[in-house]
Amino acid sequence: MTSDETRIAYTLRLADNALVLAQRMVEMVAAEPELEEELANANFALDYIGQARMLYTHAGQLEGKGRSEDDFAFVRDEHEFRNLLLLEQPNGHFGDALVRQFLFETWYLHLLDGLIACSERGLSEIAARAIKEVKYHSRHSSQWLVRLGDGTELSHERVQASLDDAWRYTGEMFAADEIDVAFQREFDGPDLAAIHKLWRRDVEKTVAEATLRLPDDDWMLSGGKQGRHSEHLGFLLAEMQYLQRSFPGATW
Amino acid sequence: MYTQGLDQGGRDQQAAVETAEQLAAFQKRIDAEEKIEAKDWMPEAYRRTLVRQISQHAHSEIIGMQPEGNWLTRAPSLKRKAILLAKVQDEAGHGLYLYSAAETLGVSRDQMVADLLSGKAKYSSIFNYPTLSWADIGAIGWLVDGAAIMNQIPLCRCSYGPYARAMVRVCKEESFHQRQGFDIMLNLCRGTDRQKAMAQDALNRWWWPSLMMFGPNDSESTHSAQSMAWKIKRFSNDELRQKFVDVTVQQAAFLGISVPDDDLKLDEASGHYNYGEIDWQEFIDVIAGNGPCNQQRLDKRRRAHDDGDWVREAAQAYANKQAARVAA
Repeated sequence: MTSDETRIAYTLRLADNALVLAQRMVEMVAAEPELEEELANANFALDYIGQARMLYTHAGQLEGKGRSEDDFAFVRDEHEFRNLLLLEQPNGHFGDALVRQFLFETWYLHLLDGLIACSERGLSEIAARAIKEVKYHSRHSSQWLVRLGDGTELSHERVQASLDDAWRYTGEMFAADEIDVAFQREFDGPDLAAIHKLWRRDVEKTVAEATLRLPDDDWMLSGGKQGRHSEHLGFLLAEMQYLQRSFPGATW
Repeated sequence: MYTQGLDQGGRDQQAAVETAEQLAAFQKRIDAEEKIEAKDWMPEAYRRTLVRQISQHAHSEIIGMQPEGNWLTRAPSLKRKAILLAKVQDEAGHGLYLYSAAETLGVSRDQMVADLLSGKAKYSSIFNYPTLSWADIGAIGWLVDGAAIMNQIPLCRCSYGPYARAMVRVCKEESFHQRQGFDIMLNLCRGTDRQKAMAQDALNRWWWPSLMMFGPNDSESTHSAQSMAWKIKRFSNDELRQKFVDVTVQQAAFLGISVPDDDLKLDEASGHYNYGEIDWQEFIDVIAGNGPCNQQRLDKRRRAHDDGDWVREAAQAYANKQAARVAA
């Protein structure tokens, strides 16, 4: 793998994470428990769409084959998407979606912090912008986890079950493969083992505050980063890509 | 997005305690173009009219998120997805300011939401039509937001201060939405034949419901005269509808698509377009709850509310615990 291939692959993973999560969040529009949460969800989803656009554009420039942000988003197939499995899981109820945000954003915040310091200039600049957004997303998801965990008996039980269910998808965030290793080595990229420690510290703290129990690290599912997805991604993409696929070459 | 509820709703009762002197002094303030503020004395019927109108407007914003939200997951480009999401978010924001403006008149948001969910409160009938293609998103921005702006710009000068001020911000955002909608239509009309056909189909379906947004003809409008006297309303339904037709017909010509009205004709003498008869029975049916999507829209809103019960209860329980911890 050349140095350019490494950074393109790395950038596309980040872009796919942002887009797939945004698409799931967009599905929740007009179904939130409070009007204030409608505003928050739409606002955060807009941040992720914005990040996906910057990242795809950057990948396209590095690749130099004229692919646009929409080419990456709308005309690639399931196996070409490299997002984390956690992010493509269906929304479930408010607690399920919230736990997904919490686990991902706690990780993403540290990852972006690492990326700001990397030598891949484009990614470093995008990360510096994105981290400002993700800081307040993460504050929001952490606060909600505490409210639900330490709210009523019902909310405590529900969000504990959400946490238990989502936990199996967290291992993938820290499993460094050849792209992670090469990006770290060649571009002074984030160290996933170090991030795992920081993530664990932060998650433990918020989970304790929420009076919840940290699940055991049993079997972890992975494969999203290598393009081996759950059955859910195909439906997400079929819906998202429908117009571009039915009107090939049209502009919108 | 918008309210057409301006003239819809129950008849107001005038409270017996209001004296002729109070009413005359109030009207004098209105005539002098003074703004009425939340703590000022006002006739009960004025207050009720505003509560009804502002809450219907707020509900319209909230329900209006659904037909457009229907295309968020399928928007054809990332840029269009972001623009549409920002628009839907604006609508949630408008709902929030408008509920707040109505709360200044002594009614709680919880009560207004309960009235929406029970079916007691109305919202704009336009949102009971389905969005069947991407072009509908363009047509809604162009026509529905276009009609909304015509209705709402005069509301920035409404006699009730909190509503007028909320409308200043709402109108700025609506104007942006309208331009975005027209831009979607323009892209489709300059695109492939299939895209242009999609745009024409959307205009065919949205034209007449958009004209209905201005409410009944002036001769049939039950609340108009009093609302005009109170300067809640500045122009009649028919005046605004005519203005909308005159502007929009020319825009359709620019797009190269046809307005679905065989009777549409420019009257050289007046400079206005004459247009065909509106199907008022359809309007009455939709208002009565029998439009294509009335049931679907309310069901979705009720489901979202019910599904959120445990979350709101948890947030309240947590806040109570925190307060108790601070007090201890």
